Amino acid sequence: MSQIKSLADLRKKREEIKAEMDTRIKAIDPENHVQIKVAMATCGIAAGAKEIMEFFVEQLDRRNIQGVVTQTGCMGYCYAEPTVEITLPGREPVVYGFVDLKRADQIIEKYIKEGELIDGIIPVNYETIDSKE
Amino acid sequence: MITLALNILDIVQNSISAMATEIAVEVTESAAVDLMKITVKDNGRGMSQDLLSRVTDPFVTTRKTRRIGLGIPLLKYHANLAGGDLEIQSGEGIGTTLSATLKLQHPDRQPLGDLAGMMTILMTANPGIDFLYTHKTDMGEYCFSSREVMEYLGITDFSDVSLLTDIREMMNNNLEDIGASGFNGE
Ligand SMILES: Nc1ncnc2c1ncn2[C@@H]1O[C@H](COP(=O)(O)OP(=O)(O)O)[C@@H](O)[C@H]1O
Ligand SMILES: [Mg+2]
Repeated sequence: MSQIKSLADLRKKREEIKAEMDTRIKAIDPENHVQIKVAMATCGIAAGAKEIMEFFVEQLDRRNIQGVVTQTGCMGYCYAEPTVEITLPGREPVVYGFVDLKRADQIIEKYIKEGELIDGIIPVNYETIDSKE
Repeated sequence: MITLALNILDIVQNSISAMATEIAVEVTESAAVDLMKITVKDNGRGMSQDLLSRVTDPFVTTRKTRRIGLGIPLLKYHANLAGGDLEIQSGEGIGTTLSATLKLQHPDRQPLGDLAGMMTILMTANPGIDFLYTHKTDMGEYCFSSREVMEYLGITDFSDVSLLTDIREMMNNNLEDIGASGFNGE
């Protein structure tokens, strides 16, 4: 298809993809998926949180990792933005600060894949924004 | 913020924090009257008249994580810098409408930036919120609704990355058609 302009084009492209590949229905296994939350308040966005979030969404897919990427408001670590909270299945959430593309890549390869803690963790008596507001 | 799209992304975070379920972003640009207008409208919890009267002051925030709020003052600053202003209407239990006006051709107007990317990231991260995006120019109008896309494709979230890429392309193609300045991140 040359150009996608309408919803019909979108649907047509979906159908082409389905026919091409085996249907990759990504049913998320709740026991086994990684949760990634990117802090998206003023400070986070100014520090590049949008690019970091796009990177995680893209790379989890590309590297075949089951995960959900969502956002939170300000987690209160403005000095360390962009910050990202990672929850591995069955583990406590961990917050990484100063996440640039390089660190995001390390987080995926080392922490998410291997469960190995890497530099840049923000030590906290952890509270999410939801519990603070 | 380097682009208006990032400013808008930030303003939309306020709507999300205010528990909005519908958020409409509208960008109008008219070379004919040298105007750019950005409106974010939500059905969230709204603000009291007292908070509303103080909210463009950077020392006003209701968050407890940090004592200064910057999102609204920053957009106001950028609007003022480009010969425009910011206006907010809000009512508790009704919702909030925020509009920034800027002079389209003002040398200090920030570029619009990646509007389609801003919308797709919001949709991925917040599948429970209906996002509406409208862009008007002297040449035409483009309207996008995340709920309409979901219903049309029979999906319940936007976790499919190839779909996101296609939606982005669709938006950019349509924005280009109406001569919008904020397509493909320009
Ligand atoms: N759309 C909205 N709905 C309800 N309240 C809002 C909205 N936008 C802003 N506010 C209120 O105004 C305050 C200041 O907003 P802002 O300048 O973006 O700073 P911050 O989000 O960092 O607190 C917020 O803390 C919130 O109480
Ligand atoms: Mg804000």
